[in-house]
Amino acid sequence: MVDRVAEAAGPAHVVIRPSTGWTGVSLRDLWAYRELLYFLAWRDIKVRYKQTALGVIWVVIQPLFAMLVFSVFFGRLAGMPSGGVPYPVFAFCALLPWQLFAHALTESSASLVTNQNLITKVYFPRLIIPLAPVLASLLDFLIAFGLLLGMLAYYRITPTLWVWTLPLFLLLAIALAIGVGLWLAALNARYRDVRYTIPFLTQIWLFATPIAYPSSLVPEPWRAWYGLNPMAGVVDGFRWALLGTADAPGGLMAVSAAVTLVILVSGVHYFRRTERTFADTI
Amino acid sequence: MSAVIRAERLSKQYRIGASRTPYETLRESLTRALAAPFRRRSEASERGPASDSFWALRDVSFEVRQGEALGVIGRNGAGKSTLLKILSRITEPTTGSVVLDGRVGSLLEVGTGFHSELTGRENVFLNGAILGMRKAEIQQKFDEIVSFAEVERFLDTPVKHYSTGMYLRLAFAVAAHLEPEIILVDEVLAVGDAAFQKKCLGKMGDITEQGRTVLFVSHNMGAVASLCQTGLVLDAGRIRFVGPVTEAVELYLGQFSGANELPLMLRHDRAGTGEVKLTGFRLESETGEPVDSIRNGHTARLVFDYAAPAGRPARNVEFQIIVRTESGELLFQFGTRPIARNFGEIPSTGRFVCELERFPLVPGRYRLDAHLAVDGRMSDYVLWLAPLVVVDGDYYGSGYRVFERESRFLLDGRVRCEAAGEAPEHEGR
Repeated sequence: MVDRVAEAAGPAHVVIRPSTGWTGVSLRDLWAYRELLYFLAWRDIKVRYKQTALGVIWVVIQPLFAMLVFSVFFGRLAGMPSGGVPYPVFAFCALLPWQLFAHALTESSASLVTNQNLITKVYFPRLIIPLAPVLASLLDFLIAFGLLLGMLAYYRITPTLWVWTLPLFLLLAIALAIGVGLWLAALNARYRDVRYTIPFLTQIWLFATPIAYPSSLVPEPWRAWYGLNPMAGVVDGFRWALLGTADAPGGLMAVSAAVTLVILVSGVHYFRRTERTFADTI
Repeated sequence: MSAVIRAERLSKQYRIGASRTPYETLRESLTRALAAPFRRRSEASERGPASDSFWALRDVSFEVRQGEALGVIGRNGAGKSTLLKILSRITEPTTGSVVLDGRVGSLLEVGTGFHSELTGRENVFLNGAILGMRKAEIQQKFDEIVSFAEVERFLDTPVKHYSTGMYLRLAFAVAAHLEPEIILVDEVLAVGDAAFQKKCLGKMGDITEQGRTVLFVSHNMGAVASLCQTGLVLDAGRIRFVGPVTEAVELYLGQFSGANELPLMLRHDRAGTGEVKLTGFRLESETGEPVDSIRNGHTARLVFDYAAPAGRPARNVEFQIIVRTESGELLFQFGTRPIARNFGEIPSTGRFVCELERFPLVPGRYRLDAHLAVDGRMSDYVLWLAPLVVVDGDYYGSGYRVFERESRFLLDGRVRCEAAGEAPEHEGR
């Protein structure tokens, strides 16, 4: 009996007192509850496509459809430059990290409210709640990425030698989604207005990101500043590593990484500072 | 034996506004922020911080030793749930601290995080993880959980197709197999049918016998008395009493003798013409002594003083008492109506005495309403006239304590067994 007890998650000695000031993140605490993170992500994935006719096919339908629309309107009709690769590949390559980001962001900002029954009844590190949908979105990304590989093969495009850097850009997108997601989740717990701004926010952000067009459309002295939208850095990184169409990471990427770091750190801080009242205010 | 839960001067303050509207809209905050410089001067003086906040818990200190079962009792709003929420780290105390030595499992409800679209099997894993179990641990106990819940056949059915009973059984089963060193429980025993209730109580008993520390919050005095050795009585956020559980339960039941309610005479929350009004209420034993509670199986005497403010006698008076559960469900009425014998004429002051023999309700708290009509017109109607506390009076003389969830009423009667041959023989004649 006793050895089974030792398997339970959570620390064995706890002191509860009002917290003050900077609380930081207890990585040990998060690690102890890693299985819960996994189970919540698993639940999100399982539940999402229950009672849908097409099921998991939706994961590829969404970016595929966006790619078609972009190809027709921007590629064909507007004649947008695509750096020498077929426009559909050019767009799809950017849509993948974008969908990962947008989906993770949307889900994680709503997560605290949708999981309020957990928050008011059980303790676990609250960070797990907005993190779980990010993990779930990552699976969608991997499935859609398989489709992208198929497209590359179809168009006979070989990825550049820098393809190994791809996980770094993926990491950047995830870090940004977590950072923004934490901010919005914590704000949404307090101000329910936030959920109405999200569709709107993602839509504007979509057009502010070089998905339908190359970032080279932005004239040179300003291009680095374009990195203030870190998704510009992510998308450029993806195109550079896979298709070789964008410039090698430079000023723009540095700005993107810096902005992401600021958003992530401040997001964690804001979340941790407000989480102590979630159960009371949600 | 050392203390594994040590609470020191725990206090929790809530804003009243915050509890009424749990979240605010951005517009409210923005307008408040914009208006702040103008408002501060005018309102700061009249609105102190104390006026819109209250202490749900105040200076609560106690210790629970290893292997002890502590029952926390108190009325609604006494701070029980707040205490449990602080101990289970759902909310933070405003001041004070708690030291918990050992892994804590808290059951504030059963089935937390159950998802209706997922199957029974999937929910066991999800719920287990939410309650703090490792996957390996859940796998190890899976069969035990399923057989305890008696849902083997429906394991791969989404729980949205489960009956309420099945759902609750499965939910409790997961929770019951949690094996932390300290377990915090909030009334989760109140689930399922009678047979399952018994099983749950038994399981809770096992848990305490295994030397684990239990903190149990409940309104069910029977369950508290049988599971816990120590009782803690909370009243308006403060500790009234900590000590042997029987004394705690007695004190709690005693609280309802009406000490801090407004006297019936002064209450305005009543309906009717007021031609004749009830002015006082007390419980008496068979011998006429005032008592706090009714012992089931014994005679309960409910005495209502009345007065006709005009000072005139009243005619054709109908008097009726109504007993309900605390949540308002009707249990029975008694009075002049069913026996169709109204009082022809009553003096301008006096009392109605209602004697109920072999009082038939199981132990618990009930609500007493009373209705008075003069000549067919409602004269006085008081809801929640008083709480009625029923304690175990060994109805059957068997020593068996019938719990609230097993039965509501206790009935006189017999049950017998007859040999198979006998009945047709009788029928034949």
